[in-house]
Amino acid sequence: MADEPLVLGIETSCDETGVGIVRGTTLLADAIASSVDEHARFGGVVPEVASRAHLEAMVPTIDRALKEAGVTARDLDGIAVTAGPGLAGALLVGVSAAKAYAYALGKPLYGVNHLASHICVDQLEHGALPEPTMALLVSGGHSSLLLSTDITSDVRPMGATIDDAAGEAFDKIARVLNLGFPGGPVIDRYAKEGDPKAIAFPRGLTGPRDPAYDFSFSGLKTSVARWIEAKRAAGEDVPVRDVAASFQEAVVDVLTRKAVRACKDQGVDHLMIGGGVAANSRLRVLAQERCEAAGIRLRVPRPKLCTDNGAMVAALGAEMVARNRAASDWDLSADSSLPVTDPHVPGRGHAHTHDHVHEVAKENLYS
Amino acid sequence: MLLLALDTATPAVTVALHDGTSVIASSSQVDARRHGELLLPAVDRVLTEAGLKLDAVTGIVVGVGPGPYTGLRVGLMTADTFGLALGVPVHGVCTLDGLAYAADIEGPFVVATDARRKEVYWARYADRRTRLSEPAVDRPAEIDGTVTALPAVGAGALLYPDTFPDARAPENVSAAALASLAAEKLAAGEELEPPRPLYLRRPDAQVPKNYKVVTPK
Ligand SMILES: [Zn+2]
Repeated sequence: MADEPLVLGIETSCDETGVGIVRGTTLLADAIASSVDEHARFGGVVPEVASRAHLEAMVPTIDRALKEAGVTARDLDGIAVTAGPGLAGALLVGVSAAKAYAYALGKPLYGVNHLASHICVDQLEHGALPEPTMALLVSGGHSSLLLSTDITSDVRPMGATIDDAAGEAFDKIARVLNLGFPGGPVIDRYAKEGDPKAIAFPRGLTGPRDPAYDFSFSGLKTSVARWIEAKRAAGEDVPVRDVAASFQEAVVDVLTRKAVRACKDQGVDHLMIGGGVAANSRLRVLAQERCEAAGIRLRVPRPKLCTDNGAMVAALGAEMVARNRAASDWDLSADSSLPVTDPHVPGRGHAHTHDHVHEVAKENLYS
Repeated sequence: MLLLALDTATPAVTVALHDGTSVIASSSQVDARRHGELLLPAVDRVLTEAGLKLDAVTGIVVGVGPGPYTGLRVGLMTADTFGLALGVPVHGVCTLDGLAYAADIEGPFVVATDARRKEVYWARYADRRTRLSEPAVDRPAEIDGTVTALPAVGAGALLYPDTFPDARAPENVSAAALASLAAEKLAAGEELEPPRPLYLRRPDAQVPKNYKVVTPK
């Protein structure tokens, strides 16, 4: 519909420079430049490498998104940008670009939350987000269970990882198996030919007294590494496919079990899964099975919308415009520890504020 | 001609408007930790003071450093994006050249800014407009004594008086100087540099050692 807000979104919280354009809940463009190859030899994302790549990629990526969407910058109703959480220096590049773009075009600016954007992106795939929605966000940077009753104003943390993110565990096990970085896709591939029941790896934080919705993947990671080392020490071949399948099963078993339990406990009949690990084929299958058994509707966007991208930021920005949320001020800052409870950063003179707990963030921002 | 100049490569967040003849408005704030927050409001203030809108600008001038990366990128990203949105050229000027242009010194001198980690960014000048060496980053004590004995401007010189005995103001770059230098060069038909950051150092990144064994010995 032509009267729905046309919003451009910029995402630079990690190693992807993403620029997306949406009209309401319709995806028009999703342009991405990734520096993942530059990080591969380091086995993880190097913040300074990511920041340098964002600066170089930004203008061409904005150009590409506008062409892809077939709109001109003048037509936009607003510019949205990830204000946090994420890598401080990387976020700042995107925030600087978004502010300059919005100011030069005379458009309102919306600094939005990266996690809320991961949830909101599903509107581009499956239409308006049911309220409430339970969201399981899993990637190299996050593992959270969130309950959203209004994606522009009310996102509640239910649980999160107490140590490693789920995606990090995939990267680490891939490294132990000498499969390279990033680990998610390659583990998924090997796991397809392996037996998920071959090795009984531990399920973290699933005891009766453990927190119901929190995750832990550090113990699993150590246990898998030790199992592999024992094989190597005994001079035996490591059954890579079975290890991959059994490890992956342990991760997705816990993720889906806890997500479904949270839905049941809270009386929520929709679960969305987002983040890079949502691309995992076994996670999708098991989540579908368990949701069906529990009478829960599962919504998982296509893989390209699950990983970090600009379209998700645009999707949340469009929702901010549609619901008349206050725009951000020109002194909007990048906040590497922006709380998940702040779906966006409205300008002053508006009731909603949060404690600025980012002393640490400032240090790494300008060190 | 209406140039908007900005620089975030030193602790100063500095913005100026130049109409081809002179600087018509400017703003400088020193706060090394808040470049990202301060720059856009400063641009807005300078334009308001001049009674102009951003779309009147015919070119952007940006300090390309060298300078601490995180702050440096704020200015470059802002300049690039203004250029994209307005469809005007974006010119880069070495931040040290801006400092040199503002120096009140006749003969040869050196410009040094704070590179943190006990190092300085520096370059040698014959006069206010003529740089003799490529910008470099070094520990002050490692710079040749014939250079450090020269009059020196910039926070990097003022920070290490033992090395730079003749250190003087200005401490930080001003966009007014940057704009004046750029306007002078453009009027003379000179090409300015592209707006590319002068990092001078490789990114800090440790290549992980071979996979670390977790089984206790
Ligand atoms: Zn993410």
